[in-house]
Amino acid sequence: MAVFKQQASKKVPNLKIGVIRWLRENLFSNAVNSVLTLLALYLIYLIVPTVANWALFDATFAPVTNEQCGREGACWRYIIEKLDLFIYGFYPPEAYWRPQWVVILALAFVWIAKLLKQHKYKTKIVTALIIIYPIIASFLLYGGPSLEIIETHKWGGLMLTIVAATVGIVASFPMGVLLALGRQSKMPIIRFLSVVYIEFIRGVPLITILFMASVVLPLFFNEGMDMDKLLRALIGIILFQSVYIAEVIRGGLQAIPKGQYEAADAMGLSFVQKTGLIILPQALKISIPNIVGSFIALFKDTTLLLIIGLFDILSMVHLTSSDENWLGRSTEGYVFVMVVMWIILYSMSRYSKVLELRYSTDHRN
Amino acid sequence: MNTTSKNIILSLLVLTSGIYAQADTLGDVQAKGSLSCGVSSGLVGFSSTDSVGRWKGLDVDVCRAVAAATLGDANKVKFVPLTAKERFTALQSGEIDLLVRNTTWTTTRDTSLGFNFAGVNYYDGQGFMVKKSLGVTSAKELDGATFCLQAGTTTELTLADYFISNGMSYKSSPSDTSAQSKKGFATGRCDALTSDQSQLYALKTTLKDPSSAIILKDIISKEPLGPVVRQGDDKWFNIVKWSLNTMIAAEEFGINSNNVNTKFKNPEALRLLGRSGNLHKHLGLDKKWAFNIISQVGNYAQSFDRNIGKDTPLKISRGLNALWRDGGILYSPPFR
Repeated sequence: MAVFKQQASKKVPNLKIGVIRWLRENLFSNAVNSVLTLLALYLIYLIVPTVANWALFDATFAPVTNEQCGREGACWRYIIEKLDLFIYGFYPPEAYWRPQWVVILALAFVWIAKLLKQHKYKTKIVTALIIIYPIIASFLLYGGPSLEIIETHKWGGLMLTIVAATVGIVASFPMGVLLALGRQSKMPIIRFLSVVYIEFIRGVPLITILFMASVVLPLFFNEGMDMDKLLRALIGIILFQSVYIAEVIRGGLQAIPKGQYEAADAMGLSFVQKTGLIILPQALKISIPNIVGSFIALFKDTTLLLIIGLFDILSMVHLTSSDENWLGRSTEGYVFVMVVMWIILYSMSRYSKVLELRYSTDHRN
Repeated sequence: MNTTSKNIILSLLVLTSGIYAQADTLGDVQAKGSLSCGVSSGLVGFSSTDSVGRWKGLDVDVCRAVAAATLGDANKVKFVPLTAKERFTALQSGEIDLLVRNTTWTTTRDTSLGFNFAGVNYYDGQGFMVKKSLGVTSAKELDGATFCLQAGTTTELTLADYFISNGMSYKSSPSDTSAQSKKGFATGRCDALTSDQSQLYALKTTLKDPSSAIILKDIISKEPLGPVVRQGDDKWFNIVKWSLNTMIAAEEFGINSNNVNTKFKNPEALRLLGRSGNLHKHLGLDKKWAFNIISQVGNYAQSFDRNIGKDTPLKISRGLNALWRDGGILYSPPFR
């Protein structure tokens, strides 16, 4: 009778575990993939060393003048030198605390809202904060009684970008909701007006609206009676953005099963109750990714302010690189703006993921 | 046309002409306490900002001079950065009191837009930058060369005209921005770069080795740049014109911001500084208007040197912009 002898176990062949297996499965699983992988590696080889040399190894960080920086690598000193302009524009340095407090207050208010959790007055307090905040923020930024007025032509840089984007986002949202509801309305006049407005603005590029606001509108005014340029641009942005939000929300409204409307009617809810308690919460939840998507698009669109002579962060690059002491450094400026934009926009898209998860009621599983 | 619409159009006409007839820009500026001045949103040497956001440049100095003359303080200027498309609307609508945005003085602009050009603060012109290794010293030797230039500007048209009229041929390599055409020049895509001369100097300093290129003396177009005001307010037109003339005349008399307080013998200099005569009365300004310009902004040479001339990396030579007695064409009518 054969006796079972335990044999020493063999090692798993290298090709089936670890790095090599991963490589085989993911990068070289067949001929096409192998070619693509090699191609990608070659591209990386072409690009990365050049960029790294320029941005890091040949770059200058020391406090030197433009000439001492040389033309081989990046001159990051230029960014440091112009940082205040990139962030605040022409806002007077002694008043930098004002935009800083606007940001601090925003964070504080969000934190308070978080702390309240299920407090019984939560909705009321949050509503109050939402109404009070823009008033405080605009008072701090612009000034008013007992605070020196800083006119909007001095606003610029990242501050202007954020102001334009935030105002656009915050003001366009309620308008968008109303327009979306208007388009679904059973009242013909409201529906007609909403459709005309939405289709008209959607058929026009933002750049045209901004031109209209900056070049054509002033001609209608009497000489001397001029409306703030930033305000004109902001109104243009809000008009534009609300239409896109309206269409995104309409998509959400149409995704709600008819049964939901009927059930709400069967319970005897009024139109306001039905819309506010049943339909909108579901429609908005479905639309979150698209709403955030169009907010991200708006944030990028604010760089169009450049063409009407407002100095957002992108046009600051143009202005600061035309300083004769820092000529030829626009590449560094554009790279800097790219990094700042990416950080902000990526955070926005991550936040949209968080929101989606928080409000997920998972119909999918 | 019925009577109602005729009336409407008539009343609109009356309204617009009424605005022009009553225009009192000086009064408005003094009531506001600041001068709204339209400048370029970033043009090397003409209008840009330093690292703390203070505006500087040759165009900016004209704004400051007018503010010094009318308000007694060169810093009381609200700079309104404008794009090329916006500039004329901004002036027409009254958003700005004065436009100093490297605007070329042409017949069309002077006659059809309702504007007046109050003089010339910089004589620019289209020129060439070539590689030193080519060994070229004159534009006439550029037959058959390839040119980098900015597409969609009048540059290309001027270049074509010049080569046709001289019976020569050329190839062009257009790109979208001046930075791109500089890249093309630097990488050897073309033999020469053509653009306005003031910009050529700026582009040259950004080359890896600026000494490898030279800017030719030849200029193939006239681009006189100057301050612009609305038609119909002659008083304001005079003030801007003579503020600019003050800077030029001050250089001629050897008055600058450092010695403006010393005694001068030249009777014309004394009239300029308001120490004799009453030139200021006709302009409706304070007796010290010219003194304020010179002491706060300086004369033309000072402005030129610190913005685009020998004290800057641009090192643009005075050329046409030298005084008439130094071989240029800068000339102020006499102060008397």
